[in-house]
Amino acid sequence: MAVSLSCNNIEKSFGKVSALKNITFEVNRGEIFGVIGPDGAGKSTLFRILTTLLLADKGSATVDGFDVVKDYREIRNIVGYMPGKFSLYQDLTVEENLRIFATLFKTTIQENYHLIKDIYSQIEPFKKRMAGALSGGMKQKLALSCALIHKPTVLFLDEPTTGIDPVSRRELWEMLRKLKYQGITIIVSTPYMDEASLCDRIALIQNGEFLKIDTPHSITQSFSKKLFSVKGKNMGSLLNKLREMPGVVTCFAFGDSHHVTAEFDHGPDGPITPESLRNKLNAVGEEELEISLIEPNIEDCFMDLIAGNRQN
Amino acid sequence: MLKYLLEKEFKQFFRNKALPKMAVIMPFMAILIFPLVANFEIKNINLTVVDNDKSTTSAGLINKVISGGYFRLVEVAGSYSEAIRGVELNKSDIILEIPSHLERDLTREGSAKIYVAANAVSGTKGGLGSAYLAGIVGDYNRELSTNLSTVMVHGGAPDGAQSAATNVAGGFTITPRFWYNPRLLYTYFMVPALMVMVLAMVCGFLPALNIVGEKESGTIEQMNVTPVSKLNFILSKLLPYWIIGFVVLTISFLAAWMAYGLTPAGSLATIYLFAALFVLAFSGFGLVISNYATTLQQAMFMMFFFVLTFIFMSGLYTPVANMPQWARNLSIISPLKYIIIVLRQVYLKGSTLSELMTPFWMLTGFAIFFNGWAVMSYRKKS
Repeated sequence: MAVSLSCNNIEKSFGKVSALKNITFEVNRGEIFGVIGPDGAGKSTLFRILTTLLLADKGSATVDGFDVVKDYREIRNIVGYMPGKFSLYQDLTVEENLRIFATLFKTTIQENYHLIKDIYSQIEPFKKRMAGALSGGMKQKLALSCALIHKPTVLFLDEPTTGIDPVSRRELWEMLRKLKYQGITIIVSTPYMDEASLCDRIALIQNGEFLKIDTPHSITQSFSKKLFSVKGKNMGSLLNKLREMPGVVTCFAFGDSHHVTAEFDHGPDGPITPESLRNKLNAVGEEELEISLIEPNIEDCFMDLIAGNRQN
Repeated sequence: MLKYLLEKEFKQFFRNKALPKMAVIMPFMAILIFPLVANFEIKNINLTVVDNDKSTTSAGLINKVISGGYFRLVEVAGSYSEAIRGVELNKSDIILEIPSHLERDLTREGSAKIYVAANAVSGTKGGLGSAYLAGIVGDYNRELSTNLSTVMVHGGAPDGAQSAATNVAGGFTITPRFWYNPRLLYTYFMVPALMVMVLAMVCGFLPALNIVGEKESGTIEQMNVTPVSKLNFILSKLLPYWIIGFVVLTISFLAAWMAYGLTPAGSLATIYLFAALFVLAFSGFGLVISNYATTLQQAMFMMFFFVLTFIFMSGLYTPVANMPQWARNLSIISPLKYIIIVLRQVYLKGSTLSELMTPFWMLTGFAIFFNGWAVMSYRKKS
C-alpha cells in the first residue's frame, strides 16, 4: 500500500514546554488514522506542522511525497484542513464561504459536488444564511464541506466531533468512511476514546509522545493484564479499597463501575479472579458487589499505558 | 484569485453595520465640526473690571475693551480682592484694574499704570486674553495721543503661572498682512491637515485591524492552508481600504469646498500623488502592527499609542518650530508631519512638487521603511 503521509522524529517546543517529542509514524493511502489523546496532548500542534502552518524544531515530514517545509506550496494544494475551532467567515453566507474556498483552489462547487453532496445537502436549505448564525453541528458540516471542496488527497480533521450532538457525530463518521473509499487519506484527532474503534489505525498520544500506534483491535488485544468491572453499594470507598488491595495494578472509575486491572499471574495469593476479589472485598465490608471479567476497550489500554509510563 | 478575495473583502465591508456609514460620516465630521470646536481663536473672555479712578478716561478705556467683541463684562468689582473672588469661582477669566488717579497721572506725568490679572489655568485663554487686552489698551493710547501719554499694562497671574509687564507705546502703527491666508482663518489652517487624519484612519487603522481580526477569529489559518499567496492576501486587505480612503479623501475635498469655499491653490494631482505615497507608508505601518498584535485589543492599543505620538509630533495643533529642540528632532519620525505640511502648502500656498521634495523623499523613505519592516517581521510559518 502506498504511503500517504510520513513523519520522522518530529519535535516541537514552545519556550520551555515541549509540545511534541520524537513523533514518528506513517499513514497509508485511504486509511483513517486517529490521533487520540486528552486535551493539551499535542494533537493540534502536530496537525499544524503537517498542514504547513507551523515549523517543527526537528525532524521531517512528507505529505503525499511533498516535504512540509520545502514543498509547502504543493501541500497547500492537496490537503484539506478543518481546524478544531470554527474558522470560516461568519459574516459570509454558507454558499459564499463554500464558493470562496472553491475559487481559491481554482475549482467550482459543481465540479466536486459529488464529494460533499451527503453533508452539504443537509445544510443546503440554509445556504443563504450567514455562517455565524448556524448551529454547532451545521457549522461543522460546512467546515467539512469547505475542507473537501477541492478534492484533497489528504484530509486533516482536528477534533471534528468536539461539541456536536451524537447524531451529527455518527453522521460525520459515516461520511469519513465514504471518503475513505474515494481514496482520501484521513487524519483525525479526537479526545473521545470511544471513537477510536471507528479508525483503521490509531496513535495514542500523551504529553507530546505517541504511546502506541496500531489498529484498535491489536491495541486492545495486546492488553497484558486482567480487567475486572466492579460495582458495589458504596463506590467511593470501594475505589480506595481496590487501590490498596495487593495484586491490583490500577483502578479507575469508569462510568457506573470501576475498572480494575490486575497482573495475570503474580499475586501474593495466586492470580486474582472475580471470586477471590469478591471474598476480599466482602472481608473489608463492601456489599452488593457485582464483579465480572471484561474485555478491555481503548480507554483501558490508554489508562494502562499512561500508568506504565509513569512508573518508568 | 485576487479578484475573488477583493470581492469577499468588499462584501464583508459593506455587510458590516457600522463601517460604511462611518466612512462617509467621518470626513464630514472632520471637515465640518472639528475645525469649529478645535479652535484657538479666543472669544467671550469673561472680564471683571475694578475701576478705582471713575474718570472719563477710565470709562472710555472700559468701553473700548468691551466693545471689541472679545471680552464680556461679567462684573464690576469694588476692589481687587472682590474681583479675584470672581476668578476663584470661575466666573471671570481676566481682571482689569484701573488705579485711582489714572487720569490725573496721565495728564500730569504723561504715563500711568493699569493692572491686568489673568487666570492662567487655561493657558491660551489667559495668555491670549491679556495680549488682546494689551492690544486694546495700545489702541486706546493712540487715541489719547494728543496728551502724548502712555498707559502701562502690568500683567499678573493670580492662579500662579506667569507675570509679565507689557509696555505699549504709541507712535507706530503696525498693519500685518497675512500671506496665503489673508483673513487668518483658523479653519483654512486646520482643514487640510484634518483631511490627512481621515486618510490615516481609513488606510492605516482599518486594514491592520481587519488582519488582526482574521487572526483572532482563526480564519487566517484556514486561508493559510489554501494556495493563496501572502502577497495576494495582504493586497486583498489593503486595496479595498486604499480605494475607500481615496473616496473619503475626495469627499473631504468636496466638503471643504462646500462648507468653507476652500479649494487647493495648487493642483489636486500633487495632493493625490502625496496622498498615495502617505497611504502606502501608513498602511505599511499598519501591517507592522498587525504582525506584532495577536488580538484586536492589542492592535488597537498599539495603534493609538503610535498615532497619538505621530499626531502630537506632526504640527497639527502646535507648529513644530515652536517645540523644544528635542521634540523637533523627534518629530522627523512622524509621517503625519510631512503629509500635513504638503496638504497645507498645496492648499494654501499652491506649492508644486519641486518645492515639496523634502516631504516627498521623507514619505518615500517611510513607505520603504514600514513596508520593509512589515515584510521582515512577517514570518511565513510560525
